[in-house]
Amino acid sequence: MIDDLPLVLGAFWLTIRLTLASALAALVLGTVLAAMRVSPLAVLRGAAAGYVTVLRNTPLTLVIVFCGLGLGLVLDVSFSGSLSVNYLWLSIIGLSAYTAAFVCEAIRAGINTVPVGQAEAARALGLTFGQNLRYIVLPQAFRAVIAPLGSVLIALTKNTTVAAAIGVAEASLTMKTLFERHQEAVVPIFFGFALGFLVLTLPVGLVFGRLARRLAVAR
Amino acid sequence: MNVLYDEPGPRGRRRNTVLTVVFAVALLGLAYLAFRKFDEKGQFAAALWEPFLRGDVWANLILPGLWNTLSAAAVAALIAVPFGFVFGMARLSEHAWIRIPAAAVVEFFRAIPLLIMIFFAQYGGSAVLGLTVTSFSAVVFGLVMYNGSVLAEIVRAGITALPRGQTEAALAVGLRKSQAMRLILLPQAVTAMMPAIVSQLVVLLKDTALGFIVAFEDLLNAGARILPSNFRNLIPAVIVMAAIYIVINLAVSAVAHWLERRTRRSAAKPVAAPDAVAAL
Repeated sequence: MIDDLPLVLGAFWLTIRLTLASALAALVLGTVLAAMRVSPLAVLRGAAAGYVTVLRNTPLTLVIVFCGLGLGLVLDVSFSGSLSVNYLWLSIIGLSAYTAAFVCEAIRAGINTVPVGQAEAARALGLTFGQNLRYIVLPQAFRAVIAPLGSVLIALTKNTTVAAAIGVAEASLTMKTLFERHQEAVVPIFFGFALGFLVLTLPVGLVFGRLARRLAVAR
Repeated sequence: MNVLYDEPGPRGRRRNTVLTVVFAVALLGLAYLAFRKFDEKGQFAAALWEPFLRGDVWANLILPGLWNTLSAAAVAALIAVPFGFVFGMARLSEHAWIRIPAAAVVEFFRAIPLLIMIFFAQYGGSAVLGLTVTSFSAVVFGLVMYNGSVLAEIVRAGITALPRGQTEAALAVGLRKSQAMRLILLPQAVTAMMPAIVSQLVVLLKDTALGFIVAFEDLLNAGARILPSNFRNLIPAVIVMAAIYIVINLAVSAVAHWLERRTRRSAAKPVAAPDAVAAL
């Protein structure tokens, strides 16, 4: 089983890369969606609200399967000649599209925590909606949602395992492979992988909790 | 949310109209690109969508999957809710030998992905206990351990959110600790927790779709394996299944909202789920 260590580490490295890539894309898309949801234009509000409702109420497994098999096999969307790299990208698309809906909701909740007087003062100074959001509201909103965004990141780390549905060999699929290879050692393998996930998720909670306290807006 | 921008004047209204048109065209353009891509691959062919108009397709292929999804969710919910109450209260026990193991179980199962619990149930059950674990029981096991642990945190939050005076008054009138919990704390906490519990059940329902990965014959399996193998219509099938999931989840969420409104009228303050966005 020691021989399998490189395999396990490689799998967790893939999990980490999946998480970071999807987190970045979801943060950008989620912020855009949140801005759309509070914008003065009904078209943008409606589009973002529709997106969030659909993605939040669809199982992630379905989203990933749609990306992997639907986009990948049926529609021939291709990012790379290598099949496994292509599925990796498709699963990143699915994970970030799904997570963005939750990032959007978290940021919108953060916008609601910014006192009304802040936005009113900004308007009184003559700032436009875009300036108001960029200079006044979003910077405060982001500081308020650091801890919730940490929870989203933890959930995303755990959710990368769903990429197993389209055969991305991240940690959970590798665990299954090892289960099949070493049937006598199912329990230690499980606890090993569980420990791996604890190592990935617990520090995130601690670090984000700390950041949230340090960067909290003093009121 | 119009604290963020001024009520538009005549020029602002004109500008907004122009921007509305611009963005509407841009969004429609995106939709058109998607439409073109779908059309190129013949995804709008009537043959791919026609199965959804047939009663036998629904009766033989889709509804059995829906039934499996709903029964897995129902069984898991029925076990997870008592699990959550037992572990939530155990974490508040004054005996360290109850409190610490309960905390360890709850934190462990909340921190690891559901999918690896399902895999573990599937392989561990046969390798360790010599049982044949069906994909149904593996899925239910995972759902119970994960959602039960999240529910335990909701229960704990609900009970600790009650004013201290409630416990103190209960003990002062001579109730034992267990009586105070049963007669005074739980009834108040349950009202406040209901919305959070129901929202967690939406998460549970969505997570049944993980069963697809271990070949559980659920709704997603009907859409992504059975229908495409009969009609070669993966995209239409997955879209229709997504619609079914969305309708069911919106219905359950509506119950949660209704409970929340009702709670707001009563004295109890609704508690949030432990992580504000536990609903992932």
